[in-house]
Amino acid sequence: MGLAVKVEKERCKGCQYCIKACPKDAVSLSGERNSQGIEYISVDLEKCVGCGTCYTVCPDLVFTIS
Amino acid sequence: MGKEYKGPDCIKGTSGYCAGCGHGIINRLIAEVLEEMGLEKKTIISLAVGCSCIMGDYVEVDKIQAPHGRAPATATGIKRMRPDNLVLTYQGDGDIASIGCAEIIHAAARNEKITTIFVNNGVYGMTGGQMAPTTLPHQVTATSPRGRDTSLTGMPVKLSEMIAVLPVAYVARGSVHNPASIKKTKSYIKKAIQAQVDKEGFSMVEVLAPCPTNWHLSPLASMERIEQEVIPYYTPGELVKKEGV
Repeated sequence: MGLAVKVEKERCKGCQYCIKACPKDAVSLSGERNSQGIEYISVDLEKCVGCGTCYTVCPDLVFTIS
Repeated sequence: MGKEYKGPDCIKGTSGYCAGCGHGIINRLIAEVLEEMGLEKKTIISLAVGCSCIMGDYVEVDKIQAPHGRAPATATGIKRMRPDNLVLTYQGDGDIASIGCAEIIHAAARNEKITTIFVNNGVYGMTGGQMAPTTLPHQVTATSPRGRDTSLTGMPVKLSEMIAVLPVAYVARGSVHNPASIKKTKSYIKKAIQAQVDKEGFSMVEVLAPCPTNWHLSPLASMERIEQEVIPYYTPGELVKKEGV
């Protein structure tokens, strides 16, 4: 349905607020690390409904949803 | 199509804050409100000392750094000379409730037409988590290793309640511990800025925020601590709301 979620992995500091806040359990740890050595998150687009809750709780502007 | 969620244009690069720091959320809320109200080019933010001034590194609006605690005095001068600008102070609890307590109380008492965003995480963050006036009873910090002893240090300062008795336009206390509180805090920030735009007088929003590094908790555990320990003492809500705000 045209939902695009961009995750800026280099901004992610691994706080996991988004993982707890997501009402659809669409956010999880990716298993990969960014250049800072932090395991960043990834979004399951099959589950994501684009509600923006991850954007709201993120201190580091990792998410862009359009 | 649903709503679009995109970071404010005036935030550039990555912040220097620790993982899970509440400042990042609050910086974004301020930037969002400024851009939504079309005020980002007219804003001057007076920063003082502490983690709060890291905002100066990556939020691209005009800023000035004041001596420790003196952001309200600096903001007073700016606003009086440039009344058409929006003038904010952005301060942490060590800065505003201890070192700068006189400045904020008298700026509020004069009902200066400035807006203060006060981030309350209960410790001096940048210097290593020392006890602040806002530290909760029995809270362990670098300078209260057995927990804050209120028989020696008194009870935590409720700055918003102290200011609420003065003739000011708007005082509210929000939190960033869950999505609903973050949205409510954004609405408080918007009302506080609107109060200044409407020349109503002094406005302030206190925001309860986590400091995972100095609380020695994970970010998620820090947010739970706000809900279970901080909010029972520092009640969120609007304390002063002048008519029209």
